[in-house]
Amino acid sequence: MEHASFIIGSWVLTFVSVALYARWIIKRGRELSRQHNHQDLPWT
Amino acid sequence: MAVSSRRSVATAVARKDLLVEWNSKILMNQVAPFAAIVMVMFAFALDNDGILQRVAPGLVWLATLFSMLVVVQRSFAVETADGALDALRVAGVDPAAIFAGKAVALMVQLLALEAMLVATAVVLYGVEMSLVGLGQVVVTMVAATVGLGAVGTLYGGLAAGVKGRETLLPLLLLPVVAPVLIGATRATEAGFGSGGTDVSEGWPWIILLVVFAVIFSAVGSVAFGPLVDE
Amino acid sequence: MNITAHTRQSTGTPATRRLGVIAVALLVTLAFFGLWFSPEDINQGSTVRIMYVHVPTIWVAYMAFVLTAVCSAVYVSGRDRSLAWDRVAGASAEIGVLFVAFSLVTGSLWGRITWGTYWVWDARLTSTAFLFITYIGYLAVRRLGGTMRQRARRSAVLALLAVLEIPLVHFSVRLWRSLHQEASVATGGTDVELDGLMLFSLFLGLVAFTVTFVWLLLHRQRMLWLEDAMSAQGLDAAIEARRQEAVR
Repeated sequence: MEHASFIIGSWVLTFVSVALYARWIIKRGRELSRQHNHQDLPWT
Repeated sequence: MAVSSRRSVATAVARKDLLVEWNSKILMNQVAPFAAIVMVMFAFALDNDGILQRVAPGLVWLATLFSMLVVVQRSFAVETADGALDALRVAGVDPAAIFAGKAVALMVQLLALEAMLVATAVVLYGVEMSLVGLGQVVVTMVAATVGLGAVGTLYGGLAAGVKGRETLLPLLLLPVVAPVLIGATRATEAGFGSGGTDVSEGWPWIILLVVFAVIFSAVGSVAFGPLVDE
Repeated sequence: MNITAHTRQSTGTPATRRLGVIAVALLVTLAFFGLWFSPEDINQGSTVRIMYVHVPTIWVAYMAFVLTAVCSAVYVSGRDRSLAWDRVAGASAEIGVLFVAFSLVTGSLWGRITWGTYWVWDARLTSTAFLFITYIGYLAVRRLGGTMRQRARRSAVLALLAVLEIPLVHFSVRLWRSLHQEASVATGGTDVELDGLMLFSLFLGLVAFTVTFVWLLLHRQRMLWLEDAMSAQGLDAAIEARRQEAVR
């Protein structure tokens, strides 16, 4: 594939960034929700 | 609220702001010298007479925008320092009238600055313009200033009384005034005749400036209340 | 789902977990189609493969900002003063900013191959950059502090002002470009002729990134709820402590 580094690079950059952002959301969400009662969370 | 009382409140606010400025002379003693030194620094950075003449309109308006940030901050610092804005709101004063008053005061100060900057460009950058060109530059200044005054007051009110507003205001304000920079620069280029542009080429850009001014004056008087409320 | 999932506190629910699995599956499938199965374009060659990321991310970003504007409008209109609208608006704007960034980066990589430069002063590019900066400012205003109501009110008005600002900027930048010489870099050879599999890949990209957006949005706005609840608790505790002091 021509220009492989640019093409793969843009895919990897996007996917890895989304993954990192998602991981941050989950981790921080766990940390914060641990300080609340299970019943208090409106989505449970 | 009756129209006449709204107008009198706006006049009172504008007069108060201008009086504060007149007494402190911040604009004259600090902002105007700042704007002038920016113009000199541009000359150092670009270091060529030909280029300076060509880009003078853009530099005039960039210097205006930078100075405007300082003026807007100053305009709201006097309000929040002793809670004057809160006092006015508690007293049930129409926020649209406060907006109009502060915007007009800001416009007057900006016009003075712009006149000085254009004169600086003529002296330092060797700009030569015809009488018609000068007329167009004046019209441009008025149209652009109404827009800048409205937007500056709106976003200045938002950032008033908040920690870190000095750094926040440029971030909020500069993207919004980009159309003014584009329109005013092109119209002034036509007025200055930089790069061989004809005076007639400036009018479409002045229309853009007028549209911007009308939209943000109207929206500003509606949105100012909710922005500074609470 | 299993029991451990329920005892473990998180912003997730069985529904979001399923959605997350779907999103990952779709993204992996997209990678196969975009990078492997889909053919190269006649004009663009292999660079068309960047489009399967570039187009969906800007689509998601636009959708996110529209959602921010709609939620802000509902909040400001006063029919429903629930802070939930504010939180969805804030979460959506944050994800939108992230996705505009992806789109700008992948777009400039594509431009580097196709046009030979990372950036072209084209109206669309320039106004996208302004979109990016504007919402970074919006996020900064959300972090200003003050009460939650203040944050909600301020940011909602700002989001509505952005709806006004963006078209104005776009219009003036277009006017600005139209009077200048067209970008001297070659714009030829950029037309895409989509065949079936390419169209499918693009469509798959839109679906995959939209599902991902929904998943991120659900979690992010729940996280904001938790943060708000925490600061409210902190405030209550502080008031209580002050009251104790006064009694003593």
